[in-house]
Amino acid sequence: MSLYASGSQTVGPYLHIGLTWLNTDRIAGPGVKGERVTIHGRLLDGDGVGVGDGLVEIWQASATGKYAHPEDRQKKPLEKGFRGFGRIPTDAKGVFRFSTIKPGRVPGSGGKLQAPHLSVTVFMRGLLKQLSTRIYFPGDPANVQDPILKRVPAARRATLVARPKGRGVLQWNIVLQGKVETAFFDF
Amino acid sequence: MSKQYSYRRFHPGTQPAYDFPPYASTAKRHPKQPLVIAPQTLSEITGPVFGYGDLKPTDHDLTRQHKGEPIGERIICSGRVLDENGKSVPHTLIEVWQANAAGRYPHKSDRHDAPVDPNFSGAGRTLTDAEGRYRFITIRPGEYPWRNHYNAWRPAHIHFSLFGRAFLTRLVTQMYFPGDPLLPYDPMYMSIPDEKARLRLVSQLDWENTVPEHALAYRFDIVLRGSAATPMDDSPGE
Ligand SMILES: [Fe+2]
Repeated sequence: MSLYASGSQTVGPYLHIGLTWLNTDRIAGPGVKGERVTIHGRLLDGDGVGVGDGLVEIWQASATGKYAHPEDRQKKPLEKGFRGFGRIPTDAKGVFRFSTIKPGRVPGSGGKLQAPHLSVTVFMRGLLKQLSTRIYFPGDPANVQDPILKRVPAARRATLVARPKGRGVLQWNIVLQGKVETAFFDF
Repeated sequence: MSKQYSYRRFHPGTQPAYDFPPYASTAKRHPKQPLVIAPQTLSEITGPVFGYGDLKPTDHDLTRQHKGEPIGERIICSGRVLDENGKSVPHTLIEVWQANAAGRYPHKSDRHDAPVDPNFSGAGRTLTDAEGRYRFITIRPGEYPWRNHYNAWRPAHIHFSLFGRAFLTRLVTQMYFPGDPLLPYDPMYMSIPDEKARLRLVSQLDWENTVPEHALAYRFDIVLRGSAATPMDDSPGE
């Protein structure tokens, strides 16, 4: 049997009604192992104005590079109490902020390791279908060899690497249009 | 390494374009650069797993979340979540939200001059069962005006959010009602190019699940991305 996937539709302006119950801006609880990091940024529209009705979802591996999902067959223990999922609505100025741990490296295609990264899905009013992107960590030596980052035209790679803003704090914006438009993926 | 699962790309015409001028808000909110086509890795083919511990027993019944019953026509909305290979997607989270019978959301941004219903929050969630089936009890939402163009009205709809097996099977969509005369005028509905694909977002009157003297029922099946090729040595029992 072959079916076609259902069409995507926007979350609209009232997304919070259905989605707030699962808001999670602390992805790693206090007992979870790993290097602590807080990431903040803004979701900006084509005029550089903050998107006040957006939602950012995060998916990530544990510090050892293990996903809490049955399809991850790596022989590594699961981090107890760590789901690896974040859901953060933007505020009126388009700001989002969450805390987590830096994930370990996970396999890419051909078994080659990827650089540490967070997977990001973006939703908002005015967006008919979600956008997918990634956050990479500044100064990580694995970034230059990362097979997914390499797919991004060199001039745009920097849009996926967060900027250091003091100890344990990173900044990363999602820019929908313009000179520093964020690179979005079609996986 | 064991063989990696990979998901099909979307069939042409089934998904909206990011830049869709009839829906005015897309103008400043769509990427102008082409998407970067990339291979799927473990990061994309895994995703968050939810369980009954995340839910309350009445989360699927939007008519029983307050002291009194909400005003409106009680309906049962059910269906199956499948993938493109027709395989059911079991134990996956579905979130819904909707306007009340008067077409009003209990949200600070909703300024529509229609009454709020103190007995209706308009949000629910559930997990599909082992066969991918789900069921919500709610009231039929009202149509409501929006400012996209002169005298713009949204057809009656329920917002659906699904996860599926992986982060890349994430889907947010809307369920519409059969025979709604507003559908051809709705830019969101019309943003899906292929007519058959649009019609799949329209639920069907579901006699089988109606409850006599109590509630009409609508059926809405949802299809998520499926594996690119059905693996020959797929693990048994799945
Ligand atoms: Fe709506």
